[in-house]
Amino acid sequence: MASESNAEPIIRVEGLVAGYGDRTIFDGVSFEVARGEVFVILGGSGSGKSTLLKNVIGLYRPWQGRCWIDGGDIVAAEGEERRAILRRIGVMYQQGALFGSMTLLENVRLPMEELTELPDEAMDRIAASKLKIVGLEGFEGYVPAEISGGMRKRAAIARAMALDPGILFLDEPSAGLDPITSAELDDTILLLRDTLGITFVVVTHELASIYKIADRVIMLDKETKGIVATGSPEFLRDHCEIEWVRRFFRRETGTEAA
Amino acid sequence: MTSERVLALRGRLDAETTARLWRDSMQAARDARGETLVVDASGVEYCDGSGAALLAALQQEAETSGGRFELRGLREDLRRLVALVAPSPAGPQQGPRVESRIVRLGRAALDALAGARHFVAFVGEVALALAWVMRHPSQLRVRDTALVAERAGIGAVPIVVGVGFLLGLILAFQGAIPMRRFAAEIFVADLLGLSMLRELGPLMAAILLTARSGSAFAAEIGTMKVNEEIDALTTMGLDPVRFLVVPRVVAAVTVVPALAMLTSLSGLLGGLLVYRSLGFPAVTFVNRIADMVSPADILSGLGKAMVFGVIVAAVGCLRGIQTGQGAQAVGLSTTSAVVSGIVGIALADGIFAVVFYVLGI
Repeated sequence: MASESNAEPIIRVEGLVAGYGDRTIFDGVSFEVARGEVFVILGGSGSGKSTLLKNVIGLYRPWQGRCWIDGGDIVAAEGEERRAILRRIGVMYQQGALFGSMTLLENVRLPMEELTELPDEAMDRIAASKLKIVGLEGFEGYVPAEISGGMRKRAAIARAMALDPGILFLDEPSAGLDPITSAELDDTILLLRDTLGITFVVVTHELASIYKIADRVIMLDKETKGIVATGSPEFLRDHCEIEWVRRFFRRETGTEAA
Repeated sequence: MTSERVLALRGRLDAETTARLWRDSMQAARDARGETLVVDASGVEYCDGSGAALLAALQQEAETSGGRFELRGLREDLRRLVALVAPSPAGPQQGPRVESRIVRLGRAALDALAGARHFVAFVGEVALALAWVMRHPSQLRVRDTALVAERAGIGAVPIVVGVGFLLGLILAFQGAIPMRRFAAEIFVADLLGLSMLRELGPLMAAILLTARSGSAFAAEIGTMKVNEEIDALTTMGLDPVRFLVVPRVVAAVTVVPALAMLTSLSGLLGGLLVYRSLGFPAVTFVNRIADMVSPADILSGLGKAMVFGVIVAAVGCLRGIQTGQGAQAVGLSTTSAVVSGIVGIALADGIFAVVFYVLGI
């Protein structure tokens, strides 16, 4: 489902400058994400994919630049305004970040308990339905230590969806998963986009997954500290003017290309 | 033909509206016994996961209470969503096993037995590792040991001095009140010298070490366990006991006697303050202590302190290694390290008291 180019973007990042200590990671990154698209942030190891994600979701404050999420500026917003923006997004962390002392159902219920007026039974049913969407029906009573890494990631997606956010940020959803589980996760992402219209921002470098789900990809580069290429994965594979980007999408090494 | 009960929904069906609708609409579904509950969703403009869960729950509720369910007018894509979130007909099958009390009792007994066996094995491993380090002193990780000694020893000086001083002050003051009735205040020095150097100094230093460092050892090693760092050590062929436990035990054995001495001296200083206020000169205080306290008393205090050091460090490390999964497990190990450390110190102190009495020290 390609995005409409004239629609108002749901995320707009302008001139983001960020880093750690005195080390600059990004020097002026700008991009837009359209409503209902699957947007992939790509780059080699150390190119700052996760750092970019953490700046966009407001975990880190960038040195410079602005970032609008669904109309609200997460960099400038404070207090209640900021919490309102954060309620409109869901985040799945690399390791899942589930609360180890709670069952999966309790993990998914937690945001609802704290932020909605839903009756108890409704929270249980809704939480169970989220776990069903990610294929974890029947595991509601388990604690994270009792399930596999792939299941933990899926449970983390279910928790990120607890409040039905319009945007889901996924940090390396398929890393460490077997190809079948990874493909199932991709199907789940597409289904959620098509049925619920959720916008996805995904950090990954699983090529198979990118070809399947990505509407648009941005490629980050460690050397230039910014975005070197933008487009659909097929476009970047066949028509990108930068040779190493084309090679990346063809899964070729430097020596093979030469 | 069965009669129909129509529930018409309009507008947005999201977490907010679902919260308001839930109870009444579910009650309507329960009341649909023998009837058909028709949900007319033609007026629904938007439906998110919560709304879909409500529609699925209505269907399940109507059908389990003996009625039928029909969903009319819902957009096709939303219909797919409702089907997606609806619980499978068989319902949850793989819930965690519910165990009977007898099984749980048996399991708890087995766990306790395994814990005891682990403890004995651990004591043996630590003893072997310490013996090995004594034979090969160059193999001791000196940098780690020095770092632990600095954090556990030098870092503890202010609190040890403060607590010791106050302890001596209070002890002298409380002792002086009943002694005054017999004009025996002069013996406050004897009381203080013997109790601080032989008993309270080592005991206080060890308890403070448990609180400051035993807990820290358990938390550090426990976090390493959770992060699979202990597994990484093992697969590299390194012995976690030799690598992590020995430096901590050696550091603790080195610093606790010094801390015990410092606690005792601070206590005596606190006592001296009270003694002076009772009108005695400082030299009387020093002379009485020199008369009363023998080198054997001081040495037995220091010996006890060393044993307390081994107990505190080893128990802290053991609890760290026994940590389960997750952040909560680290908290449990830390608590357990402090509790077992203090119990261990009290037990050892009792044994020392009996042994010293029998030996006449």
